[in-house]
Amino acid sequence: MSGLTLVFGLFFYLSLAIFLVGFLAKTWKYAFTPAPLRIPQTPAPVSAAGVPVRMFQEVVFFKSLFRGNKLLWIGGYLFHLGLLFVLVEHLRFIIAPASSVLNTLVTYDLYSGFVLLAALTFLLILRVAIDRHLYISLASDYALLLLLLAIASSGLLSRFWDGGHIRMNLPQIKAFIGGLVTFNNIGSVPTNKLFLIHFSLVMLLLIYFPFSKLMHSGGLFFSPTRNQVDNPREKRWVTPWVKTRPTATLPSLEQQAPAAAAAPVQETAEVEG
Amino acid sequence: MAEPAAEKTLLDIITEADTDRNVKGPELTGEINVPRVEEGRIVKGVLSGAKPYAAKPDMMTALGFPDTLVDNWEEAAVKRLGELLEKYKSLQVYLDICVRCGSCTDKCQFFLGSGDPNNMPVARAELLRRVYKKYFTTEGKLFGKLAGAHRLDLKLLGDWYAYFHQCSQCRRCSVFCPYGIDTAEISMAAREVMNAIGLGQKYTDMTIGKLLEIGNNLGMNPKALVNTLESIEEDIEEEDGVPVKLPLDVEGADILLVTPSADFFASPHVESLIGYAKVFHQAGANWTLSSAASEAGNFGMFIGNYTLMQKAATRIHNAIEQIRPKRLVVGECGHAWRIAYSFWNTLIGPFDSLDPKYPAPQHICEYTYDLIKRGAIKLNKEANDEFTVTFHDSCNVARASRMGNRPGGQFTIPRELIKASCNKYVEMDPETTKEKTFCCGGGGGLLTDEIMETRVAGAMPRMQALHAVMKSDGVNFMALICAICKAQFTAVLPRYGVPMDVAGGVHQLVGRAIELGAKE
Repeated sequence: MSGLTLVFGLFFYLSLAIFLVGFLAKTWKYAFTPAPLRIPQTPAPVSAAGVPVRMFQEVVFFKSLFRGNKLLWIGGYLFHLGLLFVLVEHLRFIIAPASSVLNTLVTYDLYSGFVLLAALTFLLILRVAIDRHLYISLASDYALLLLLLAIASSGLLSRFWDGGHIRMNLPQIKAFIGGLVTFNNIGSVPTNKLFLIHFSLVMLLLIYFPFSKLMHSGGLFFSPTRNQVDNPREKRWVTPWVKTRPTATLPSLEQQAPAAAAAPVQETAEVEG
Repeated sequence: MAEPAAEKTLLDIITEADTDRNVKGPELTGEINVPRVEEGRIVKGVLSGAKPYAAKPDMMTALGFPDTLVDNWEEAAVKRLGELLEKYKSLQVYLDICVRCGSCTDKCQFFLGSGDPNNMPVARAELLRRVYKKYFTTEGKLFGKLAGAHRLDLKLLGDWYAYFHQCSQCRRCSVFCPYGIDTAEISMAAREVMNAIGLGQKYTDMTIGKLLEIGNNLGMNPKALVNTLESIEEDIEEEDGVPVKLPLDVEGADILLVTPSADFFASPHVESLIGYAKVFHQAGANWTLSSAASEAGNFGMFIGNYTLMQKAATRIHNAIEQIRPKRLVVGECGHAWRIAYSFWNTLIGPFDSLDPKYPAPQHICEYTYDLIKRGAIKLNKEANDEFTVTFHDSCNVARASRMGNRPGGQFTIPRELIKASCNKYVEMDPETTKEKTFCCGGGGGLLTDEIMETRVAGAMPRMQALHAVMKSDGVNFMALICAICKAQFTAVLPRYGVPMDVAGGVHQLVGRAIELGAKE
């Protein structure tokens, strides 16, 4: 194993470990932080069976975003769809021999790559072109978009650069990545610079993932306004961190009356709802 | 000669408001235009100086908060925020997962009405998120301002005080958020942190104090309540010639009605109270009000303080033990219905002593609707022929509760009541009703006169939608099911050149239409 293979191999394992541990730790926190009160955003499902339906509409169709902003929905939806296809198509670097379904899909990989690139560009344009979006955008928002753009560009470029050098090197990439994933027969790392750049950027993304807003991918499922059932009258919810109800004892009506008689009758017109 | 000014404390500086605020609404055109975020406004928000009065030391201590800003306020705020993060899943998840997509940016009535960029829900949430990132996240610690992290300094605390009191916790933004991020949860947490370091808002904290000490937000003692109810009974008998009663503290009554105390005193609220009384009378119900539970509202929610909210709700529990009713009915009030419907069972339940045949609690609209469906009361629509009516969905009812058995019953049931009470009913623009309804601009503890500019700005979208149907259909009555909406619109309508009596209650219409007397 060459020194370069060792470096990139370790880089891969380190990134993957940070990603997995970080993602799980964050998701664990979301799952187990108590929810004291019932706060579904209504109208909400009135039975537990309705919650997966609501979640499905959000996760698969981005329903609320669609209601909120059509342009954003187009950009966001195409980006996520493109990403999904690109990720599936990348399985060819791991699965050997690739399945026939995957092979069919891979013949269209340029389309998904360009959709991904176009959607990211569109999202970046929205961020700077709409005054409100420009105002709320942070440096980290741009950085993430640029990182994703760089990943998509370098990936796509490798299909054209040097007469599709990467495609010709597929067996070598497969031997390296496939070996890393299966912990078995790790081939030496391809030395194509474009590949190394693409690979490194993806590793950076994995490392940054659990510390960033990308955690919306896990957090979405734990959003109380979306995942709670609207049945507080039918089913009593108990606040996990409240052990007992306070016993604020009131004076009896007889006790109340003399004190009340002594108190001045308030005649202000100030209204308090 | 003016007295020499005392030296300003930090608290004075943080809560110092601009003077000379503009309290007149813009011209009504019927259109809701999204303001442009201009360069100049980015530096200084137009409403950064619109701040409510700070709570006085005695109000703070009465609620168990420090009497004034504590010396180590930054440290104390971070500590309290850390505690809340452990206790509230909503806060933890929502501070983490916002991607600043921008979907919410044009949805808040306070942004639409003011053009102040910090009133975009995401920008408002970022005020707290900056501090969260600074002290609680790796990203913020490593990248600082690039990741939007910022320490809680005097300037930022001043912005918290201004802008978390320009959120009515109406949850409209949450409807359009791909992850359902609820700014209400964030603004409640921010207010809880501020109270914990001795920085409270006078109106809300004073009102909670009155509720805990006297039993209602108005600070109306039982004797005054007795007098008021008697005079309302006299008024009804004079007007309709029927002895409709408003019983108080009747032990063993079948129905306990808990209603916002504004219903006893304020106008047009009292008209709805008369409406409930007529409904109970005509249904032949054995009902009562309670002096111990003479308030359905509970401002503990507005400041995100679980303990105070539960303590205040405990009065309802005690009233149930005292009266031993079979049913629990709640009057017209938005945030109160949210708390009653969504939280009471958790806070003061289970309601084992009530008759399980009925929902506990039940909204007065559900109660009346059921009577109408069964033909137990009759309504004469002609009694309201002078009105062309529209309905404003109250935010807390629309997005944080339900009526009836099906999702969306909170939209259909009040409308059915209105349609049963009058001949002419018109809907406002569907982009401004049901779950997309705008807040009146006075919810969440903002119903106080020193921030009238905020309230007028927040009312803008509803006012435009109302203006549109006033012009097109001759609407002259906007029916409401919330005490805060009623008080807010009564104050704000004239500032838009609309007569204040356009605002009224749903049960005001029911009360006018109901046929009193012997049943057929």
